[in-house]
Amino acid sequence: MNTQTLKKPDIHISKGQTVTGKWHKKSYHVVKELGSGAIGTVYLCVYQNVQVALKVSKQSHSITSEVNVLKAFKKVQGHSLGPSLIDTDDYIAPNGYVYSFYVMEYISGDDLPDFINRNGQEWLITLLIGFAKDLQALHDQGYVFGDLKTDNLIVSRRPAKLKWVDVGGTTLQGRAIKEYTEFYDRAYWQMGTRKADPGYDLFALAMVVLRIFYPDGFSKGNNPRKTLNQKIQLAIRSESLKKLLIKMINGEMNEAIEVKDYLLEDVMKQTHHTHVRQKRLVPDKQTETSYHPFLEVFSILSVSGLCYMYVTLFL
Amino acid sequence: MRTGTLKQILLITDGCSNQGENPASVATIIAEQGITVNVIGIMEDEQTEQPTGLLEVEEIASCGRGVSQIVYKQALSQTVQTVTKQAMNETLQGVVNKELQQILGSPRTMEELPPEQRGEVMEVVDELGETCDLEVLVLVDTSASMANKLPTVQEALIDLSISMNARIGRSRFSIYQFPGRKKPIQQLVDWTGKLDSITSIFSKLASGGVTPTGPALKEAMHQFGKKSLKRRLFHNEYPDVEEA
Repeated sequence: MNTQTLKKPDIHISKGQTVTGKWHKKSYHVVKELGSGAIGTVYLCVYQNVQVALKVSKQSHSITSEVNVLKAFKKVQGHSLGPSLIDTDDYIAPNGYVYSFYVMEYISGDDLPDFINRNGQEWLITLLIGFAKDLQALHDQGYVFGDLKTDNLIVSRRPAKLKWVDVGGTTLQGRAIKEYTEFYDRAYWQMGTRKADPGYDLFALAMVVLRIFYPDGFSKGNNPRKTLNQKIQLAIRSESLKKLLIKMINGEMNEAIEVKDYLLEDVMKQTHHTHVRQKRLVPDKQTETSYHPFLEVFSILSVSGLCYMYVTLFL
Repeated sequence: MRTGTLKQILLITDGCSNQGENPASVATIIAEQGITVNVIGIMEDEQTEQPTGLLEVEEIASCGRGVSQIVYKQALSQTVQTVTKQAMNETLQGVVNKELQQILGSPRTMEELPPEQRGEVMEVVDELGETCDLEVLVLVDTSASMANKLPTVQEALIDLSISMNARIGRSRFSIYQFPGRKKPIQQLVDWTGKLDSITSIFSKLASGGVTPTGPALKEAMHQFGKKSLKRRLFHNEYPDVEEA
């Protein structure tokens, strides 16, 4: 618990309240709190019957910084980098203080570990491929995400895609990382600096993957490098994923696109193998060996096809 | 835009002062010298309410035009950085606001601008924060009750230097403890850029129940003066004012 003793008190908005902007006069009806962090609190709101996310903070400059980042992303939309910005304004609270806020698109979905545990680990690779591509686009814009962690990610539904929801840590490349969380921080693990470069995000991404297998995290011990290696060896079954994570934490990958290429190549190899193996298998064993959604669909179709033929021929 | 080297004193303590001048009034004088005074108050793990002794923390920081925060020791690392960065940001915003006043005539601060225009001003503040030089004098209360918190303090300071050194601008730190043996404060680490290599600096503890926060702050203020004088004499290539 932190008790900030600045002049301006923290802001608490309860559900049912309405937040009206000082400048643009738009009103947002607060539904519930979505989460709060070091910088501010995010609320789920309704504006003209549409669900939106509203982030409010007592630190006006942080809100302005984040708005700057979201605006920069807007310029490269089409390839949507993060939630789109809807409004930015000031809220005059009943206590008389002015709090800055911004409103962005609300992305609903699941927490990454929950999603993987429910839908199976093969999804991890699929999600990572898409995410690495987005990360590359962000890096190409000259930014580094910074505070990449499980809490800042969401798996959106239809299509299932890993997306980031909080851009508070986004930093221009070459500068000092604005915000970070120890467990995901390269410098905390003594594996490099806290300067914003693409490798910083890739390190954090590897830790996001590890966090799925260690929901409570783990301490760094006397030899952080050794600890990380051990934890990877223990948790990850796939040899190729193990190799990739080790490369990512050791800074041997400099670009997100390398991660995507590595994973894609690996998937192609695996599909090829399964394909070859599958030819020799009896049809009803297919369901057990398929590791790919496509194969799953294929096997279900073939089984139901057989059933249909059985029904039409013998009954 | 010009900003001098930003100067900060970071006071880390767990109780209220009980000897010498009033620390809040000393902090006012220090702030007048262009040095910000930030204060972090550490609570015991079992404390649930803010102890009265720590009320002073807020007062010192507001007189010293700095930032204050009260935390449990586990949150110290993160807090030391938040406080340092926030104080930097506020000082720089002060500089930028002054500039805005000159350009726009009437007294204006960033908050009074419409949100659309704040973005560009913020970029200037961010840029200054990244490139300005920073000097932090860390003043650690090493009275008996602090003993079990000192290893955490040291870790937090090392982490602070890692963060600040990732910036483009130059950062320098020095660490003092108080009370000293015979003087109000005792130097532990002289001005240096990197704290990564420091080991068990708090080994020599001063015992006794006195906490002379006021005199310690006053003495700390003079450490900036001494250093800049020396620097002017010997290192002319490192000017006090930086072009940003």
